[in-house]
Amino acid sequence: MQPSPNLIPTGTTESGRETFVLNLGPQHPATHGVLRIKLEMDGEYILRAEPVIGYIHRMHEKMGENRTYAQFLPNPSRIDYLSAMHYCHAHVGVVERAAGIEVPPRAEYIRVITSELNRISSHLLWFGAFLMDLGAFTPFLYAFDDREKVVDLLEGITGARLTYCYYRFGGVCNDVDDAFLTGTRDFVKYMRPRLDMYRKLVTDNIIFRKRVEGIGPISPELCRKYGATGPVIRGSNVPCDVRRTEPYSIYPELEFDIPHFPEADCMARYRVRMEEIAQSLRIIEQALDKLPAGPHLAPKVPKMIKPPPGDYYFAVEAARGRFAIRLVSDGSEIPWRLKLRAPSFSNLSLFGEACRGMLLPDALALLGSLDLVIPDIDR
Amino acid sequence: MTLPEPYRLLAYLVGILTFVGLNAAYLVWVERKVAARIQRRPGPTEVGPEGLLQPIADALKLTSKQVLVPPQADRVLFRLAPLVVVAPAMMCLATVPFSAALGAMDFNLALVLVFALGSINVLAILLGGWASRNKYAIIAAARVVSQNVAYEVPMLLVVITLLMVTGTMSLREIVEQQAGGFWRWNILRLAANPLMPVTFVVFFICMLAETNRAPFDMAEAESELVAGAFTEYAGMGFGVFFLAEYANIVVGCALATILFFGGWHSPVGVLPGLFWFLLKLYLLIFTVIWVRWTFPRTQFYKLLNLSWKVLIPISLVTLVLTSAMLKLF
Repeated sequence: MQPSPNLIPTGTTESGRETFVLNLGPQHPATHGVLRIKLEMDGEYILRAEPVIGYIHRMHEKMGENRTYAQFLPNPSRIDYLSAMHYCHAHVGVVERAAGIEVPPRAEYIRVITSELNRISSHLLWFGAFLMDLGAFTPFLYAFDDREKVVDLLEGITGARLTYCYYRFGGVCNDVDDAFLTGTRDFVKYMRPRLDMYRKLVTDNIIFRKRVEGIGPISPELCRKYGATGPVIRGSNVPCDVRRTEPYSIYPELEFDIPHFPEADCMARYRVRMEEIAQSLRIIEQALDKLPAGPHLAPKVPKMIKPPPGDYYFAVEAARGRFAIRLVSDGSEIPWRLKLRAPSFSNLSLFGEACRGMLLPDALALLGSLDLVIPDIDR
Repeated sequence: MTLPEPYRLLAYLVGILTFVGLNAAYLVWVERKVAARIQRRPGPTEVGPEGLLQPIADALKLTSKQVLVPPQADRVLFRLAPLVVVAPAMMCLATVPFSAALGAMDFNLALVLVFALGSINVLAILLGGWASRNKYAIIAAARVVSQNVAYEVPMLLVVITLLMVTGTMSLREIVEQQAGGFWRWNILRLAANPLMPVTFVVFFICMLAETNRAPFDMAEAESELVAGAFTEYAGMGFGVFFLAEYANIVVGCALATILFFGGWHSPVGVLPGLFWFLLKLYLLIFTVIWVRWTFPRTQFYKLLNLSWKVLIPISLVTLVLTSAMLKLF
């Protein structure tokens, strides 16, 4: 790889001091997975960071191109296991668009409710893991306690606790029951005061604020340059959300805000995610109120889907940003090309440029605030 | 005590070693239980009732492991570091008077001895980090040195303030001066220094920093530096560092009890002195644990800023104020 011209040559700093390479990962507590970052350091200052990825590359794209559409259904939830619902949504969405399958409204509402629940559980996990990166262990277990409630709810209807494969072409595989609906309403009621508690306990904590405020600024230009999406770009004051910019499902019918903050630091990204939990609760409440009766699965979905030849695209707002699938069909039952656009990959790409000149602990706070899921980077 | 000198020394040696060993083992248990309660989970429950045998199981596991020395490490220094870290911590306890009758040795420079031995701790972590030949360990060692140098200054300023009030360096005499009700404890001697509680807070923060406890645990910083200076240590090598960490906490809290909270003196005048000493000691240790599990880690440069820009000016102010008050009244 050609190094970019504005980098200092390896071995010495501008002042002639010796540098060293610190190998962060692939086994390191702060990378949350098998991500490796080669850091060129001057003392504790980072001169250059080079992410080394691919340790858990699983060929999801190639697998998609060797299977029928239905056979690929369980795969998307394994790409980003924390955001499984959204990834499934993208897959069924692109196939429905390609094959022209109508989805009953009840199914769309159920999809939105489960997707938003999944977003909450993903953000809660991030909240805990981020604070653990900062050296605070306790919030992790509080977040997991809350997340457990979401996971239990979703387990009740999908049968899975993490890698949900709940959506089908033309709807969802099971209808929701009363236990889920009342449970979700209770959860919304339960979660709001918890968010207030987190604000008092964590957001207002002086040490926490000092660790994240003004740390790791990412300019909107940098986000655009590397294609960063999701809470990362919203933390840089760009209200970019696929649910609004390229509306899908029933999101246009629902009221919710796109939180975005001008500070562009780790605190902004933190506040975006915490605010998104509140917005997701709002969406769930509205969707529960409007949930129509009717079938949960379109009646006439062909067993073997053969979309007409063409180029199709469908993007969703996953917990970490824009996840999109581009599908090129040649008219057979197997896709000719299935391109997965994963948000974590783009969000990681800006790390090398954003962390230059930072101190190691600050850079790890920045890395944590990007909310990377390593299997999502490698696919 | 009427025992002849050699037996008395032996008895105290065994006693202190047992005390440190038991404390280190059971403070780990206490820490795990307290952390668990703070985090709404049960903590260790499997080994023995309420997990009480867990420290013994852990110690057995650690001792049964091979102490691996990385091939690139400096073999002598690598093995020396755990000894250098644990021995001074135990020696410090020899000067601590647990009650009016119980104390290994009493001499008039005890406070100086404690600080002299306490500062060896830094050297040991530096040795361990340097000898490991591990980048994370070396970063951690460099951090520990600058952190301890920074925090030694306000700590000693606070102690000087206190010495001006007490006029003696013997720990026993310091405690004896505080007899007769809690209003005579040093922390409430506002006539000599109206900022005495602030002085205590400065002392406590410095103690956390000196013992490398969260939120100042730069030596370990597990999410940044893996395990910091102890990254390459396996088995009991790691166990001894752990032991020393808890021994240092005990020493630090014992010192705080003696200097600020009247040592073995009871605030109300019932029960033996040893009980009150240990009660105060463990309440302070509990606070140390409590702080660890509620706060995130600070950044390194903010930690140094806190020392040089906040704690040292405050302790200088208390020092000047105390000398003025003593001169005037």
